[in-house]
Amino acid sequence: MDLDYTKEQNMLRKSVAEFLAKECPFDDVRDTEDSESGYSAALWKKMAQLGWMELYFPEAYGGLGDPFGDVCIIMEEMGKKAFPSPFFSTVIQCGMVLLEGGSEKQKKDLLPKIASGKLIMSLAQLEEEGSYRATGINMPARRSDDGYVLNGIKMFAMDANVADKLIVAARVGDQGVTLFLVDAKNPGISCTKMDAVGKDNLCRLIFKDVKVGEADLVGGVGEGWAILEKMAKKATLAKCAEMLGGCAESIEMTKVYAKQREQYSTPIGGFQAIQHYMADMQIAFDTSLYYLHKVVWMTDEGMDTSKELSALKAQVNEKFKFITERAVQIHGGIGTTREFNIGLFYRRAKAFEYVMGDTDYHYARLAEALEL
Amino acid sequence: MMDFKLTEKEEALKQEFETFFETEMKNAPPEFGNGGLEGIYTSDEGFAFHKYMARKMGEKKWLSLGWPKEYGGLEATIMEQVIFDDVRGYYGAPGVDGFAVGMFAPTLLAGATEEQKQRLLPPIANGEAFYCQGWSEPDAGSDLASLTTTAIREGDHYVVNGQKTWTTGGHKAEFMFLLARTDPDSKRGKGLSVFHLRMDLPGIEIRPLKYMDGKHVYNEVFFKDVRIPAADLIGVEGEGWNLTRQTMNFERSGAGGFSGAKRMLEELIRYTKSTKRDGQPLSKDPNARRKMVDLFIGSEVGKTLAYKIADLHRKKDFLSLITAASESKLFSTELAQRLANYATEIMGPYGQLEHGEWSPMGGSMVELYQFCKGATIYAGTNEIQRNLIAWTGLGLPRLKFK
Repeated sequence: MDLDYTKEQNMLRKSVAEFLAKECPFDDVRDTEDSESGYSAALWKKMAQLGWMELYFPEAYGGLGDPFGDVCIIMEEMGKKAFPSPFFSTVIQCGMVLLEGGSEKQKKDLLPKIASGKLIMSLAQLEEEGSYRATGINMPARRSDDGYVLNGIKMFAMDANVADKLIVAARVGDQGVTLFLVDAKNPGISCTKMDAVGKDNLCRLIFKDVKVGEADLVGGVGEGWAILEKMAKKATLAKCAEMLGGCAESIEMTKVYAKQREQYSTPIGGFQAIQHYMADMQIAFDTSLYYLHKVVWMTDEGMDTSKELSALKAQVNEKFKFITERAVQIHGGIGTTREFNIGLFYRRAKAFEYVMGDTDYHYARLAEALEL
Repeated sequence: MMDFKLTEKEEALKQEFETFFETEMKNAPPEFGNGGLEGIYTSDEGFAFHKYMARKMGEKKWLSLGWPKEYGGLEATIMEQVIFDDVRGYYGAPGVDGFAVGMFAPTLLAGATEEQKQRLLPPIANGEAFYCQGWSEPDAGSDLASLTTTAIREGDHYVVNGQKTWTTGGHKAEFMFLLARTDPDSKRGKGLSVFHLRMDLPGIEIRPLKYMDGKHVYNEVFFKDVRIPAADLIGVEGEGWNLTRQTMNFERSGAGGFSGAKRMLEELIRYTKSTKRDGQPLSKDPNARRKMVDLFIGSEVGKTLAYKIADLHRKKDFLSLITAASESKLFSTELAQRLANYATEIMGPYGQLEHGEWSPMGGSMVELYQFCKGATIYAGTNEIQRNLIAWTGLGLPRLKFK
């Protein structure tokens, strides 16, 4: 057993942290949140130049073939800076779907474009019902002479407003969930950005007679859910890493604040009420982070993580909310302002809860995995 | 590189531990009941089983896994010790005297004279010596350094006067390790010393301090002119507080709590799958499912703390270790309370039955519901643990108290 990061991983973490600290201070995060595009195209290009997008792609597709744990380090650092970008939707979700289910041609064509920052993608999976399960995917893909025709509504598609391509989950008759690669600028698609707690690029998409060719299937007919599940095994880890980055920064900020803010001529961090809140925050964080490490290791080893993955996401969902709630409480009134940074994390804790499955979903899945 | 894999040697050891406990736990007498401190201390049969297991483990040198070879140890790695705790915790096996093996032996190794090590360590390693702990007093609980029991040197003896309390198993143990004030004019941590003593010395009176369920686990111990040979002062006079503080950290690094909770959860799951209410197995009840999943998550994430502790030990990162050990104590004891409460809720009105054919899981959960209330208080209350995490882990200021 060895619970240390490698030297290379520490270097990676440092370089990501330094880059983000320099290029995207919290004031810029707020500006980006308020912008229509919700991300910085200039920074996106720089990230690509630094090699972040291609990190875990296999060498055959122009990637570096790094272990997935390295991606989690990048996500953790992005989480610390509350950094808004289409990295998760494009590189993690869609990149992973392509890797797991795409044809050779799709992979050779699209992965290098993602790697070079020239392609932004969005996953259109959830629908109006808001279910995370396969049964929640009911959009019909009707067969036509030269392919399929999509009609219906997709909800909560992240970064679809800035995406070049979409991966859309739909049903082909009774043959099950099937994934389609669709041009985001297709005139049959209308995209509306929704106002949400994360102030991020959460979109609603309406598909009207959108034609898709046979070559744009990702995986076979009916193979979509299995591909999404494989993607989820890794994407959930990445999202948890990002959330834990947010936890770490929230605790750090609160610690600094509690040492510096004085009441009754004493730093408030000296009061036991505050110390006990903070001890609980620290335990919530440590247990979650160590568990993430364990599940990442299990995933890299190819072990079954059906229980652990749900345990992890449910845990991180709840602890991120707990830590940021206590953090704002300790900051007092100033913590509730737009101007102050802790609010960025308080809102993200709620927004990220819904990404890759909320707590209720994972509790239900875990109960099933435990054969209850 | 992050790697949770056990080595081949560790895997083999784990197997050996599992086989041993699986086999030996079949010898548990009915009086051992649901185990724990109550299983050991509330009956002669339970204590005899505790001793039997201790001797069995002593033969294998498992009570002295991490000790140097010269004192009968195996010099096992910290990881191997955690695996032992993990497996033993899962089986809820007695035999490792938490006071002798867990606290006094590390104290001896850290600060005793060579003669004392040679004399006192082998009986502990062999599973022949059982101790109780003479720390807490009626007016010195969390603030242990304020204790007032005195041990005054008279010739080649120390004469002890005062009172200890919360003495777990004091009525069964043959020996005590005592923290007392050797300098009567001293304050706080200065002037304290550690002693080894026999519990049958003249002048010692043991009174039961019965727990809320009526069981006799704890005691009050009164000292009236009790004479301890000077040779049984451990290490150096007046250095007892430093020695004791080291022991506190040993007390807080246990790993078995999480695997014990996991085993009880497995039992609870079996119970809910085989018990029907409102026309369906209890395991299909949404509230019951939610609670059991919550417990699963708690035992899973909590266990990572125990392994983190092993990792920090290995790296000799003792400052981080204090935080991690406090986190582990706090998390495992609060998890046990959550387990007991959820389980007795899931059982419905049957959750209150302590014994008999109608009592689910042998009454273990309602017993835990009562007994585990002590666990967030003893071995440093969870409030003290939170202070330690805040001070050492987070670096928050420590205000002065009078």
